[in-house]
Amino acid sequence: MQNSKFLSALFAAGITFVLACLMIGVKLDTEGTELAVTGATAEQWTWIGLGIGLVFLSQLFSNQIDAFFGKLPKPKLGGLLPEEKKRAALKPWLLAALIVGMLVWPFMVSRGAVDLATLTLIYIMLGLGLNIVVGLAGLLDLGFVAFYAVGAYTYALLSMYFGLSFWMCLPISAGLAALFGFLLGFPVLRLRGDYLAIVTLGFGEIIRILLNNWTELTNGPSGISGIPKPTLFGLEFTRRAKEEGAQTFHDFMGISYSSSYKVIFLYLIAVLLVIFVIYLINRLMRMPIGRAWEALREDEIACRSLGLNRTTIKLSAFTLGASTAGFAGSFFAARQGFISPESFIFIESAIILAIVVLGGMGSQIGVILAAIVMTILPELAREFAEYRMLLFGLLMVVMMRWRPEGLVPMKRPHLELKS
Amino acid sequence: MSQLLLDVNGLTMRFGGLVAVDHVDLAVKHRQVVSIIGPNGAGKTTVFNCLSGFYIPSDGSVVFSGEQVAGMKDYQISRKGLVRTFQHVRLFSKMTVIENMLVAQHRHLKTDLISGLLKTSSYRRLEQEAMDRAAYWLKEMDLLQYANREAGNLAYGQQRRLEIARCMVTQPQLLLLDEPAAGLNPNETKELDELIVRLRDEHEISVLLIEHDMKLVMGISDHIYVIAQGAPLANGTPDEVKNNPDVIKAYLGEE
Repeated sequence: MQNSKFLSALFAAGITFVLACLMIGVKLDTEGTELAVTGATAEQWTWIGLGIGLVFLSQLFSNQIDAFFGKLPKPKLGGLLPEEKKRAALKPWLLAALIVGMLVWPFMVSRGAVDLATLTLIYIMLGLGLNIVVGLAGLLDLGFVAFYAVGAYTYALLSMYFGLSFWMCLPISAGLAALFGFLLGFPVLRLRGDYLAIVTLGFGEIIRILLNNWTELTNGPSGISGIPKPTLFGLEFTRRAKEEGAQTFHDFMGISYSSSYKVIFLYLIAVLLVIFVIYLINRLMRMPIGRAWEALREDEIACRSLGLNRTTIKLSAFTLGASTAGFAGSFFAARQGFISPESFIFIESAIILAIVVLGGMGSQIGVILAAIVMTILPELAREFAEYRMLLFGLLMVVMMRWRPEGLVPMKRPHLELKS
Repeated sequence: MSQLLLDVNGLTMRFGGLVAVDHVDLAVKHRQVVSIIGPNGAGKTTVFNCLSGFYIPSDGSVVFSGEQVAGMKDYQISRKGLVRTFQHVRLFSKMTVIENMLVAQHRHLKTDLISGLLKTSSYRRLEQEAMDRAAYWLKEMDLLQYANREAGNLAYGQQRRLEIARCMVTQPQLLLLDEPAAGLNPNETKELDELIVRLRDEHEISVLLIEHDMKLVMGISDHIYVIAQGAPLANGTPDEVKNNPDVIKAYLGEE
């Protein structure tokens, strides 16, 4: 027993040694045409040594450490919350306060913070959309970014070729993304698990490569620029109106021009879109279709025996998830003003999936929290430069170790019965 | 023939060269409990799979209340009122008991998006009816106090009862029970016995039963079919079957 413990500790330390040496200890630099190996500084080597020692000891004494932490009293978080009934009464007030706070907040902070918040809101939308597909319906979709791309390009192309406005394109984007979801879903939804994941992965890549190579239509890798920003009932947020006769926001209001109005306006649109999406999905989850999605995830055979048509149910989940992504995509295009296939690579799909898994499959609050963590953390960790992704990975491992069900696991609705 | 609820003729199921079910005939009348018995591996569950549309039979006809259902999709058949349970309990175990009951009523509810999002009055009425029906059957099965528990956390016997309740709430005409007594203690088996009789007499449905518990089968069946190695061996009333030399041979082996 003790011996095997020692061996496994030695093994873990060895792995750490190899990883640390390869990632931190040794670097390949190009010197002219040659590659040169440069070692780390003495100080870095000390840290690596300490790290390896730590891993070795923590593995060796893992039982004792676990026992120690087991003895620590667990904080009783449940006691801090008010009772169930009071909580239900408080809920609308809290919600109202939260929404008011979100609407007032951007006027008090810097432009960068508001911009980051807008990006976070886009990821919240994406996370909520994928949550329908993966979290509720249990269909592993690795190509979710394809629908995001469809939404973004729908708006960009329609505004470039036909001059359609953002508000008109928003529903069209959602609809077109839904159509793509439907077309993809129809042949592939008879596949299960891993097979479905591979096909959706391929679909995501196909869309990206198509956008990259259909140069006549999409401008290929150079992307589409100059996508117009949304307007407020026809009022633009630019310094000077682009079209003859159009009015700008600051002229109309009689205030001086500031570029932060535009950022705040975009943020406010994002807040409204997110609230809309949350409301929609919240309703869906309580509707028969939402229950059917979960039932299908739980046991497909039982569903069939109870008269549920699995094809339509899966297809509806896929289509609705895709339309949410299309929604988010067209907003993304409007915010950036420039899109290219670069924005829709596989890693985006992976991040959105990570948001859903970290948040807790099927849990809306969890997904929202995870989206916030996943977008803000990389920004905060900017100073760590290359080790950012390493930290990211570490976070994932820690999460899966301590909260395998996600940040906020899904709670079942309580249904009152009159007997 | 109109009084036959289920009329199966020459049902055959081949998997490649293997004949799992070979020309099986079955007949179930209204308000009857009919059992299928036979040694392990005789093809009883395969018969169920064919009847409920999980397999498409290779040959033969399945007529359910006057309509040919062989070759239909599983969900279509169950919507016609032929609903089955499984040898191993198949609940939506992460969902609550009441949610299990509501999922089963999917087709009785308004499932389109618009009426659900707007909570139209017909949507709410159907939802309420579904809740009432669920409550009724939970009460029948003595599960009402567990309505908001996760189905996977129920005791095994309760899970079995919930599975039957979930079938009943779809308002079937014929219930196919695949070894409902497996894993139950003698007390629970007795309750199951009473339950099946009650379903037949009070709720006027027919039950087709696969079961190994001979005491249960002999006590409640109106008619028994015996299958051995995929082929029909005998059929008749419990007494006829009990004394049939072929059946005794199949179960006990030859001397």
